Amino acid sequence: MMSLLDHIQGAAALPEIFLAVAAMALLMFGVFRDKSADIVNIAAIIVLGITVALVLGGAGGRQEAFGGALVIDTFARFMKVLTLFGSAVAIVLSVNFMKAEKIERFEYPILILLATTGMMIMISANGLIALYMGLELQSLALYVVAAIDRDKAKSSEAGLKYFVLGALSSGMLLYGASLIYGFTGHVGFAEIAQSIKAGEPGLGLTFGLVFLIAGLAFKVSAVPFHMWTPDVYEGAPTPVAAFFAAAPKIAAMALFVRAMLAPFPSILPDWQQILVFISIASMLLGAFAAIGQTNIKRLLAYSSIGHMGYALIGLAAGSPEGVKSVVIYMTIYLIMTLGTFACVLAMRRKDGQVENIGDLAGLARTNGLHAFFLAVFMFSLAGIPPLAGFFAKYFIFMAAIKANMITLAVIGVLASVVGAVYYIRIIKLMYFDEPVERFEPMVTEVKAVAVLSGLFVIFFVLFPQPLSALAEAAAASLF
Amino acid sequence: MSGWPILSVVTFLPLVGAAFVLAIRGNDAVALRNMRWAALWTTIVTFVLSLLIWRYFDTANPDFQFVEKLSWLGDTASYHMGVDGISMLFVILTTFLMPICILASWQVDKRLREYLIAFLVLETLMIGVFCALDMVLFYLFFEGGLIPMFLIIGVWGGPRRVYASFKFFLYTLLGSVLMLLAIIAMYWYSGTTDIAVLYKNPNFPAGMQTWLWLAFFASFAVKMPMWPVHTWLPDAHVEAPTAGSVILAAILLKMGGYGFLRFSVPMFPIASDLFAPFVFTLSIVAIVYTSLVAMMQEDMKKLIAYSSVAHMGFVTMGIFTLNRQGIDGALFQMISHGIVSGALFLCVGVVYDRMHTREIKAYGGLVNRMPLYALTFMVFTMANVGLPGTSGFVGEFLTLMGAFQNNTWVAFFATTGVILSAGYALWLYRRVVFGKLEKTSLKHITDMTPREALALVPLIVLTIFFGVYPSPILDVFGASVESLMAGVNKSLAAAGAITAVGL
Repeated sequence: MMSLLDHIQGAAALPEIFLAVAAMALLMFGVFRDKSADIVNIAAIIVLGITVALVLGGAGGRQEAFGGALVIDTFARFMKVLTLFGSAVAIVLSVNFMKAEKIERFEYPILILLATTGMMIMISANGLIALYMGLELQSLALYVVAAIDRDKAKSSEAGLKYFVLGALSSGMLLYGASLIYGFTGHVGFAEIAQSIKAGEPGLGLTFGLVFLIAGLAFKVSAVPFHMWTPDVYEGAPTPVAAFFAAAPKIAAMALFVRAMLAPFPSILPDWQQILVFISIASMLLGAFAAIGQTNIKRLLAYSSIGHMGYALIGLAAGSPEGVKSVVIYMTIYLIMTLGTFACVLAMRRKDGQVENIGDLAGLARTNGLHAFFLAVFMFSLAGIPPLAGFFAKYFIFMAAIKANMITLAVIGVLASVVGAVYYIRIIKLMYFDEPVERFEPMVTEVKAVAVLSGLFVIFFVLFPQPLSALAEAAAASLF
Repeated sequence: MSGWPILSVVTFLPLVGAAFVLAIRGNDAVALRNMRWAALWTTIVTFVLSLLIWRYFDTANPDFQFVEKLSWLGDTASYHMGVDGISMLFVILTTFLMPICILASWQVDKRLREYLIAFLVLETLMIGVFCALDMVLFYLFFEGGLIPMFLIIGVWGGPRRVYASFKFFLYTLLGSVLMLLAIIAMYWYSGTTDIAVLYKNPNFPAGMQTWLWLAFFASFAVKMPMWPVHTWLPDAHVEAPTAGSVILAAILLKMGGYGFLRFSVPMFPIASDLFAPFVFTLSIVAIVYTSLVAMMQEDMKKLIAYSSVAHMGFVTMGIFTLNRQGIDGALFQMISHGIVSGALFLCVGVVYDRMHTREIKAYGGLVNRMPLYALTFMVFTMANVGLPGTSGFVGEFLTLMGAFQNNTWVAFFATTGVILSAGYALWLYRRVVFGKLEKTSLKHITDMTPREALALVPLIVLTIFFGVYPSPILDVFGASVESLMAGVNKSLAAAGAITAVGL
């Protein structure tokens, strides 16, 4: 086995290979055994855990696999662990919900595993082919997951919408990739970088770059390629939306970072201006469009669009500080998002799940703990110190100002004030308003996710240094 | 006194108290009483401990004292605490007013646990603001205070509490985010966020100073609040519960003035000098305009809120005179206003608890049924006016003296504010306390209870004591202000030399 791996130079890709094989094995298990959803769920979480161990246990430093198609460095390891963590928590959050909604299927965790395999390839992609392969593996699994509640029109609609728009964006990305290949003659990031350094970037290459960015922007749901996000979040079952908001965003952002910095460092100004625009548009749209929302999942969709805008500031800076800030931002964003969605999942009455933010009214008095942690997440998402969300933004703005992008930073902070309006509106509903009918008590695992991520968000202020140091090491591996 | 971290203890002790309050189970009368006592004792112990800071404070030393430094965020920011003459008294003021606020909240029953926790957390954050010697740490405390105050106004406030709390939150946030960017820019330029280090070497180029100054100004002007960004204050005051108003007027507003003295003046002396006329203009408009507005108010709290804006006008004017008298006066005015305005809001709270209205028209002739109250209210009204012999006089007098040295016209217009303040304050007193007791609703109103008196007596004592004998306070910040002035003058002289060479 090992010699086979060595033969195809795949030893460094062991985690991905393990994850793919395990997903297949679990699929077989699920097919040939009735009522296997519970076991598969647990097995999937264990598989993700083992994969984390494999990622961390692999040889250190920079490794390549499959003839340089995949690269495994500190950045990749860090983002992979985050992604695997996000996927595992998404499965944890789904268990009870799927049972209650009677859409419990063993395929769900397996699709998540497959999507996660795709994400890991995305994070490690060191060339256009691996990039596309990882992206499509992830996306195809996600399309199905979005429509997992297939008897509900909304869920099917979400899946279909996601598929059609996703296919379009994949097409654009592929078009861009082929242009880049055509004008540089290479598919590997390092070789592309070499060939660009040799000469001036031609119009064709810039054209390809634009299409590539468009495709990637779709995946991180940045404006103007964000339209699918609110509909998919709203239509997909809540745990699926939680999953969408967490792990795939991490992977797509990691891919975005590598796909910009590895092949195109020498034409930074060319793509920087595009990213600056995307980032500003995302922050502003995320802030303004969320104000009018009444569905909490739609609101969080706009919020995530805004947050991607902030993360993109770090990428636009194009510096080690910038990448460091993106890594920190995505880490904190992941935890805040999972916690928030845990609180949203707990919005459950006897007659089923509710999603209207009006249903949160007076929550502080009917379920203090639930309200407290949701409030913590809201303040944190708004970036109010001393919560973790503040540090995420702090590092982003550090990078922006270092790169002399003052205007971008000013727009960013002003958008964060506008964004604060809708976050504190939720707090107002929970704390200032009269209670409405109470929710069912929180399920243990959902509560655990909410409380643990809430405690992280609150106490991050005491220990910010380890994450900062890790992120710095991760960023350094890209330069 | 360097054996144990007294500043951290004083700062974080209220959080321990909050944990105690949280740990008390149940919602019956006994539990509620225990919570109140737990909160009261926490704040009292904090106050007593903070007195040790004053006791061991070396007034001759202009540097930071009781310094604590721990690594926190790598080389980006550190946990650096310390006080100098400028900040020390604000720490004491905060710890001193907190037990009074808890006493004033004795009748709050609605969600008492959260209420007390919010106040205790707020106390930690407020003390932290005055002790922080790292800009990021300062920002953390400064902004963090928004969360509890937002909840205090929004949950326990009056009928328009939602509007007021949102306005408070968004105004203040909008001001401070720009300051965050300025802090980051300073870090990249100088390589540190440590205030003490920046003091030793305030070498930002003049052009950069202008922008940094404006960014900090955005934050502190809103917090202060200066005209024309003061409009959140009357709303927040009117809707906040009594103790919330006291904290807001007495301490949160002082963070603006403190910020000017901690950051704007010493770190951007050239820009401060450049913008002084601009600040004077805004200050004078604030003094004259808001005094006139105060006269027309029909709500007692709103009237006092506008008078606060006017008094803060004296503070900003004093600070930017950039001379010793002006800054001394501004600091004294802040301390004095902290005591007096806090007390005035408590006075309003006393009658509000009985009549549940703050309409001036609803009162009249209270002196007949509430002589003790009339006396108390009188003392603070006079202090608010700036009657010699009360603490209000010293600050106003010094700031006016400073302004006079700098620009006679500024002093002239500001002095009209003193007259106007006599107008609105005495008129308010006349309408509420004097006259015949004709309103039937007031026929059975009772005088202050011992608990209310207990909260107000220390304030009366201090108001008169510092009015007659201000030197304990002036001595504390003397050395620090002296060294601040020396630094500013040196920078200005250097800048002047450069300009001269350039010419």
